[in-house]
Amino acid sequence: MVPGDLRYTSDHEWVRVEGDEVVVGITQFAADQLGDVVFVELPAVGKALKAHVTFGVVESVKAVSDLFAPIGGEVVGANDALTASPELVNSDPYGAGWMLRLRPSDAAEISALLDAAAYEQVVAEG
Amino acid sequence: MSVVGERLQPTIFELSRPGRGGGKIPHPPANALDRIPAAARRAEAPALPELSEPEVVRHYVNLSALNYSVDSGFYPLGSCTMKFNPKLNEWAARLPGFAGLHPMAPDETAQGTLAMLHELEAILAEVSGMDAVTLQPAAGAHGELTGILMIRAYHRSRGDVERTEVLVPDSSHGTNPATASMAGFKTITIPSAPDGGVDLAAFTAALGPKTAAIMITNPSTVGLFEARIGELLEATHAAGALAYMDGANLNAILGRFRPGAAGFDVMHFNTHKTFSTPHGGGGPGSGPVGVRPNLVPFLPSPRVVREDDGSFRLEREGERPSSIGRVRSFFGSTGVLVRAYAYLRAHGAAGLCEVSDDAVLAANYLKARLAPVYEVPFERACMHEFVASAADLKRRTGVRTLDIAKRLIDKGYHPPTIYFPHTVEEGMLIEPTETESIETLDAFADALIEIFHEAETDPELVTAAPHVAPVRRLDEATAARQPNLRWRGMTGAQTPCPD
Amino acid sequence: MPYGPHAADDRSRMLQTIGVDSVDRLFDDIPEALRSGPLKLDPPEPELELSARLQALAARNRTDLVSFLGAGAYRHWTPAVVDQMLLRGEWYTAYTPYQPEVSQGTLQSIYEYQSLLAELTRMDVVSASHYDGGAATAEAALMTCRATGRDRILVGRGVHPHYRQTLETYAEGAGLGVDEVPLVASGPLAGTTDLAALALLLADAEHPVAGVVAAQPNILGLLEDMPQIGRLAHDAGALFVSVIEPVSLAVLAPPGDYGADIAAGEGQSLGIPLQYGGPYLGIVACSDALIRQIPGRLVGLTKDLEGKRAFVMTMRAREQDIRRERAASNICTNQALLALAASIYISTVGPHGLRDVAAMGASRAAELEAALAAAGAPRLHAGAYLNEFAVHVPNARAVFKRLLARGVLAGIPAADLLPDEPAVADALLVCATEVTTHADITTFATALAAELAGGAA
Repeated sequence: MVPGDLRYTSDHEWVRVEGDEVVVGITQFAADQLGDVVFVELPAVGKALKAHVTFGVVESVKAVSDLFAPIGGEVVGANDALTASPELVNSDPYGAGWMLRLRPSDAAEISALLDAAAYEQVVAEG
Repeated sequence: MSVVGERLQPTIFELSRPGRGGGKIPHPPANALDRIPAAARRAEAPALPELSEPEVVRHYVNLSALNYSVDSGFYPLGSCTMKFNPKLNEWAARLPGFAGLHPMAPDETAQGTLAMLHELEAILAEVSGMDAVTLQPAAGAHGELTGILMIRAYHRSRGDVERTEVLVPDSSHGTNPATASMAGFKTITIPSAPDGGVDLAAFTAALGPKTAAIMITNPSTVGLFEARIGELLEATHAAGALAYMDGANLNAILGRFRPGAAGFDVMHFNTHKTFSTPHGGGGPGSGPVGVRPNLVPFLPSPRVVREDDGSFRLEREGERPSSIGRVRSFFGSTGVLVRAYAYLRAHGAAGLCEVSDDAVLAANYLKARLAPVYEVPFERACMHEFVASAADLKRRTGVRTLDIAKRLIDKGYHPPTIYFPHTVEEGMLIEPTETESIETLDAFADALIEIFHEAETDPELVTAAPHVAPVRRLDEATAARQPNLRWRGMTGAQTPCPD
Repeated sequence: MPYGPHAADDRSRMLQTIGVDSVDRLFDDIPEALRSGPLKLDPPEPELELSARLQALAARNRTDLVSFLGAGAYRHWTPAVVDQMLLRGEWYTAYTPYQPEVSQGTLQSIYEYQSLLAELTRMDVVSASHYDGGAATAEAALMTCRATGRDRILVGRGVHPHYRQTLETYAEGAGLGVDEVPLVASGPLAGTTDLAALALLLADAEHPVAGVVAAQPNILGLLEDMPQIGRLAHDAGALFVSVIEPVSLAVLAPPGDYGADIAAGEGQSLGIPLQYGGPYLGIVACSDALIRQIPGRLVGLTKDLEGKRAFVMTMRAREQDIRRERAASNICTNQALLALAASIYISTVGPHGLRDVAAMGASRAAELEAALAAAGAPRLHAGAYLNEFAVHVPNARAVFKRLLARGVLAGIPAADLLPDEPAVADALLVCATEVTTHADITTFATALAAELAGGAA
């Protein structure tokens, strides 16, 4: 269920390492909990994020949820496709529904994230 | 049985045909606008719809038939107090002396309205145990903003600028934290206690030199009186903070509990809840605010002043510099306040007490009828409303509270408030009000129980509801993703005036 | 209780089902020390007596005067159909359309209101309505701060003083700065926004401006150079808020045509009674670019699961009940019934009728201007106006009082409205609309001529 090659946070975000950058999104579990996603607010490219602070907001029809930076770093890309098609977060959360590209400020923060097994445990415990 | 008319309506724009209408306004001379510089003039006439009066009437009558309303049936929408709206009040607000009075009319020409407003302030002060009342706020949330801005001004007037936090319970209306933010405060959310009330220990722990105010809805949003309110108010004042009461649920406690006398510093009234002013499809409301003496200097301006000779006037510009200022244009939603005044005079002291007694009686009766079937998370006597939950039903059948609500539509009822407060899983907040007969309450209870059994035997019947409303469930996701908020294909004004 | 439902034994049957012997027991949770004694209010009043009391109160108001009062609230003819429709209980005894399946009437009526006002203002998005013109203007100004991330607002002194004061109250809470842009004191542009002063205020690089708020027509009835105010605002990276009067938009350039980012205003003149200040209709409209910043309810068009066209409250997750402390505004209640009144009014008078209302007001105002000038009270300003203007009257307050004694409500002493504007100290602000008659004008002019002659003697 949960892709094995990604790292996770207990706030239901995932992180994929691609070279010296990482891609960030929210998990299928989070997307299902929210229901139909209708709007995603993302930071501008160039913004510096600290780990665990909010970087954006995701809205569904009747809920709103903060997005937390899984690690610190500089925003080098944001998924503009979500402006026109926020439903990608529901239909393909680990692929086309990605949200941010970050250049990590401290690679050590990545290794501190949960692996798939640990994240599955988090979901199971509710 | 269908609860609304059968027919959806075309939009008013689709009904428009060039050359229809006219006969309402005399024509001005052709050169009336020649003195207006061309640059300031509208280049292209607005494409507004053209209809004959009979078509306008049919459009709005047929549209109205798609609504469920208190006048057509039982509307147990918790936290909204959908009681009967007396027809005398509609008549009174339309009396030419009230309806035709200009908001800038000189005081000597407005004595009837000013006298009414002054008396209404006194009645609300008596009902709430407060010392003074402002009638200006346009709605409950507007009253909250007014109240919290007064609290801010109070602390600042004492040089106490370190109080930056407002405490609210997690079961509060969303307007409470949103108001705190608008007034420049940080919201601290305190979880509720297991019995549904405020968690006194958690509040006490959070209170401190940074606390400006607590905001408490009493009775609470789950329909329970806050039994620990005395201790909470004491702790709040001991910390130097003030206590705001969200008066949304005042309908339960008229003549039984006066917030000002009990120690609240400020509260708002919702005239469209407690005092029967119409809900109007979402408004207008009116949100008077009562205060204790410590906050009187900060009341918004202008207030109604009674002169020694018995005449009334509005405060003059700058007359009370300690005021937080204006919160709106003109005096207030006077047309709403006339209705509230009529309601209060019609009831008097005995009638108001009876309102709350009967509202609480009706809620407890309905709760007793439903408790054998639905989960009722809080067992002790409720106030004017109570929460029932379908959490267990959902686990067993997959039928959610949303589905039950939609199925109630098929059975001829407006659904209760659902999924509020967020603290109760699959919650339904049911508020019958005091103006519903025992036969209505019984029929509604029977319908809810019937739906419960339908969920067990034929869940699809419930999850696919409503079946007989003018529309089925809506695609709300697309509505939000690709918002269409206005009609674009408008016609009109392209042909000469029809008359 | 006048509207109670219970027959003789209903209460005892209900108590029996609940299992308590008295209603008092249901209030046991109220701590004894905090229980209220009996309310000190009059006994209930039967409808016959109450209706007489209400009639007597209403009759104490003087609505029989020949009135030239405007200043943000306007006397208009409202076709009878408007109130007949509003009196249907299906409209006024329904609530917020949380359950769209049984609220399509209210939802469609709000969608139509949004569409009608969008066309009138030529803006993209119109909210389902706000409290009134003052609160709408304040919310519009706060929008500019959220959208730009700046915290300073410029508001022209040509904006209604109540709106400015409301804006200041809101801004104080939000920790925002408000500076006022002065009016030109004399010369051909007297009474309009001082554009040179505006440019100077905008040039303060230390304190970048989020939004510039200006009114058309302004509080003195004068027409402003709105395109130029908009250009100045935009050149400084600020947004432009136009405070509008909707009837005037039938003949005046709409804010969408001169670059306004937000339009705000008071919709009372669209079929809503004066009723001493409310309930009125706050209008907030904006460009598509600002859609995420507009506070309050929005109704959108969608389909039901069978494909039928339907309407629903949308973009709900912006609002306070979901977003709580992170919501852009705490607004919950809107003015749905007043928005409905405005829609029925516009639909009934139609585009030609609305133009006639605005143009007839202009025509009557020109007649009033000539009559007052002949009576010895010429216009105070040289600039163009639509249907409201200031006339020069020495000792305006005293003259106003004496005219009142003669049954004429001679507008409003401009100094009462704008106490900080010495340039209008000796002036009355007067207004004419389509309901102003030739006879009204003659009565006013004759009385004024007599007063001015008496004052000179």
